Amino acid sequence: MSDRTVAALSRSLAQGEFSSVELTQDYLSRIALHNKGLNAFITVTEELALAQAAQADAQRAKGQHGPLTGIPIAHKDIFCIQDVRTTCGSKMLSNFIAPYNATVVERLNAAGTVTLGKTNMDEFAMGSSNETSFFGPVRNPWDNERVPGGSSGGSAAAVAADLCAIATGTDTGGSIRQPAAFCGITGFKPSYGRISRWGMIAFASSLDQAGPISKSAEDAALMMNAIAGPDSRDSTCVEGAAPDYMSTLNDSLKGLRIGVPRQHITKGLGAEVEKALQEALKVFESLGATVQEIDLPNNHLSVSAYYVIAPAEASANLSRFDGVRYGYRCDKPVNLEDMYKRSRSEGFGDEVKRRILVGTYALSAGYYDAYYLKAQRIRRLIKQDFDAAFKEVDIIIGPTTPHTAFKIGEKSDDPVTMYLEDIYTIGVNLAGLPGISIPAGSTSASGKALPIGIQLVGSDFAEAKVLNIAHQFQLHTDWHKQTAEV
Amino acid sequence: MGWETVIGLEVHVQLATHSKLFSGSSTTFGAAPNTQASVFDLAMPGTLPVLNEQALRMAVKFGLAVDAEIGRRSVFDRKNYFYPDLPKGYQVSQLDFPTVGKGSLEITLEDGSTRVIGITRAHIEEDAGKSLHEDYQGQTGIDLNRAGTPLLEIVSEPELANAKEAVAYLKKLHSIIRYLGISDGNMSQGSMRCDANVSVRKTGSTELGTRAEIKNINSFRFVEKAILHEAQRQIDILEDGGRIVQETRLYDADRDETRSMRSKEVANDYRYFPEPDLLPVVIDEAYIEAVRAELPELPNAKRERFVAQYSLSEYDAGVIASSREMAEYFEEVVTICADAKLSSNWVTVDLQAVLNKQDLEIEQSPISAMRLGELIARIKDQTISSKIAKTVFEAMLDSTQSADEIIESQGLKQVTDSDAIEKLVDEVIAGNPEQVEQYRAGKEKVFAFFIGQAMKASRGKANPEQLNALLKQKLKA
Repeated sequence: MSDRTVAALSRSLAQGEFSSVELTQDYLSRIALHNKGLNAFITVTEELALAQAAQADAQRAKGQHGPLTGIPIAHKDIFCIQDVRTTCGSKMLSNFIAPYNATVVERLNAAGTVTLGKTNMDEFAMGSSNETSFFGPVRNPWDNERVPGGSSGGSAAAVAADLCAIATGTDTGGSIRQPAAFCGITGFKPSYGRISRWGMIAFASSLDQAGPISKSAEDAALMMNAIAGPDSRDSTCVEGAAPDYMSTLNDSLKGLRIGVPRQHITKGLGAEVEKALQEALKVFESLGATVQEIDLPNNHLSVSAYYVIAPAEASANLSRFDGVRYGYRCDKPVNLEDMYKRSRSEGFGDEVKRRILVGTYALSAGYYDAYYLKAQRIRRLIKQDFDAAFKEVDIIIGPTTPHTAFKIGEKSDDPVTMYLEDIYTIGVNLAGLPGISIPAGSTSASGKALPIGIQLVGSDFAEAKVLNIAHQFQLHTDWHKQTAEV
Repeated sequence: MGWETVIGLEVHVQLATHSKLFSGSSTTFGAAPNTQASVFDLAMPGTLPVLNEQALRMAVKFGLAVDAEIGRRSVFDRKNYFYPDLPKGYQVSQLDFPTVGKGSLEITLEDGSTRVIGITRAHIEEDAGKSLHEDYQGQTGIDLNRAGTPLLEIVSEPELANAKEAVAYLKKLHSIIRYLGISDGNMSQGSMRCDANVSVRKTGSTELGTRAEIKNINSFRFVEKAILHEAQRQIDILEDGGRIVQETRLYDADRDETRSMRSKEVANDYRYFPEPDLLPVVIDEAYIEAVRAELPELPNAKRERFVAQYSLSEYDAGVIASSREMAEYFEEVVTICADAKLSSNWVTVDLQAVLNKQDLEIEQSPISAMRLGELIARIKDQTISSKIAKTVFEAMLDSTQSADEIIESQGLKQVTDSDAIEKLVDEVIAGNPEQVEQYRAGKEKVFAFFIGQAMKASRGKANPEQLNALLKQKLKA
């Protein structure tokens, strides 16, 4: 198999080149071979996968199949799967067997996908490097010394290393797009409210959004068709059916107005990333698009606002992990307070504790106005900046990250430097917009190729447009076809 | 100079929805522990709330019944604190933008006068579960059946001047929520709970004193007792030159005292912030009007109608209208017997005495409205006297027979045959010549003796008016 995109595998399955069971066995053996080095999976669900694959083959034999029937998938370990361990990368949930399915999982199951397992992630999705996982860091398939990005690092590494055909991820401040950029694949965060959060363990409820991590924009569209749309179990989902994301992939880019944020091209941006961006813009121009500079004047405030709002929400979201009903409970508590304190101190890692403390502080009496309310005001300003920009342009394109993948341990002692790696992605979450990272270049370090990603940001609920533009770029470039040698 | 008490009440009313505020679990009371707890109620990771529209509708209904402002955009907030029966580690409530804003409630005091008490707000929130400390040696059991049950917390202005006013306010609130059908208001089962903020100040002062919040008051009687006790405790402290500490106190009904529960040193900072899992609730005019159209006739309107339609006294009308069930019972009785005054007396005096004695609600009355109406109809058409009616009423309590069946089987039908009565009168006069002499000599008090004798002879069945007239006539002769 040279082309392992979902689209290609789906065609092969349809033509009977191989069965879903055979395809699944192939992936399972790749996982057996490579996961030890990459640590991309926390749990491999071999039995479930083979049963689902057999069922997919039976469906196909009956003619009841869709584009995802029999496609091996991996789920970020933040999505609840009934009767499967769901850890969220934490010791706190290392023994937690979910009693129900997330909507995303339920819909993908219904579409016929085959669940290979649960992928590694930063603990409770808090991190940009996958180093905060209780289950150890994930390694970047392009260079084992480097991080895959985070928090959906396991999903990104698994797709990049062909340990699955496609994977789910979640993105609160860049957690799909940044690892996609670091691993040379496609990562799409839809608009807030487009995909149900039911069954997706909450980090920051007003920012969290699920999305595909894939080998192409076309594959992302295939998954979006299965998972997007309203859900009565999530009140923050938008009403109205989602469109068919496949039908507009081939729309022409003639006359497309591209905006490049002045604030993204600064001295903090790595030269090789800037060069890749400029090359990509030339490709778009050759396809009939025009490029202009735009302003996102408050973008520099996005990281600060995010690191108040997200921890504030997280401080409440993580209160339920108290050792009472499920999850980790300390050994021999002497009383209630002891049980709370030790269960939470022992069950959570440092980054999670740091954010709970920050969030608790920001919400405290006397500090609420200065931190939480002010951050919410900045959030509105950032949204207004985007709204103003989208009056002039159809899409905003810039770098996904300032640099390529950094080394494991390089930034883990300095949280603030780590947080600044998300400078281009966070504003998109604060504004609730759709954003995709696609491979657009490569650089080399210590003799190893490292991929570069660019980010395309659309206006509210313009997912179809974003996927269309990304797909057109991929029809005319080969960056997304480059694979890591594992 | 004396002291005056200032009281504000916070009343939690459990809304009578079929399912919980944010999940589809049943709210039925008394099920086996944790059988009514869904993945959301257990705060399983990844679960999300979905607002129960019925709860919102009930809150709006209450708001309209107390002429309150309805929040056009109400916002749910998270109130953060750790407790084992609070599974999410936060309670979803409404802080700055409650569904019900400022309103008012008219209360009637014992002397018949009325006062209008301000309602500050009423907000929707979820209940916690229960911690069970008994039966688990050295451990605590958690029952989450109640977790997520919808509550409406109704907050009054600090305008109640004494314990009796507080009870009148609470009773009026109870009456209204029952009328609206938004809660069963059962205090012993906890579907209506009351916290009282009590402070005292020198008579005539306009500043509020430091208050104590008294929790755990679960009957009308205890509200009165708890407030009286607490006000006296504060007065005693102040008169001794002490200071009141702002704190939460628990009412202990067995000892009839309040005691400190938690002091302000360990007061929680609840770190409220808007609940990001729920969108603000926008209520438009059409929704409000639709709810208004569902409002039943409320106690005050009903009382006025009873006065106008049935010529009842304000007092009787008020007593009957205070309970929706009693008003419905009364009107059914009137429909059957066509005598509102008699109906009012029988319902508020005789029947009420039985209900009080047997500790029953009117909807559990051993005598249905239809049976009572038929009994009163027999008084009205003179089949029986009022006195015999009491006997029939007593008999009805222990049987399912109708008034007519009892009158028939026990031969209680009033004697109105004038020949029969004349015969009785003649016999009594003939049998008591001495008394006849006394009467005729001017000792008119003896008349009662003749009535008594004649009634006794008729076993109470003689028509009293006829007997009276005939005796007078015969004794004169």
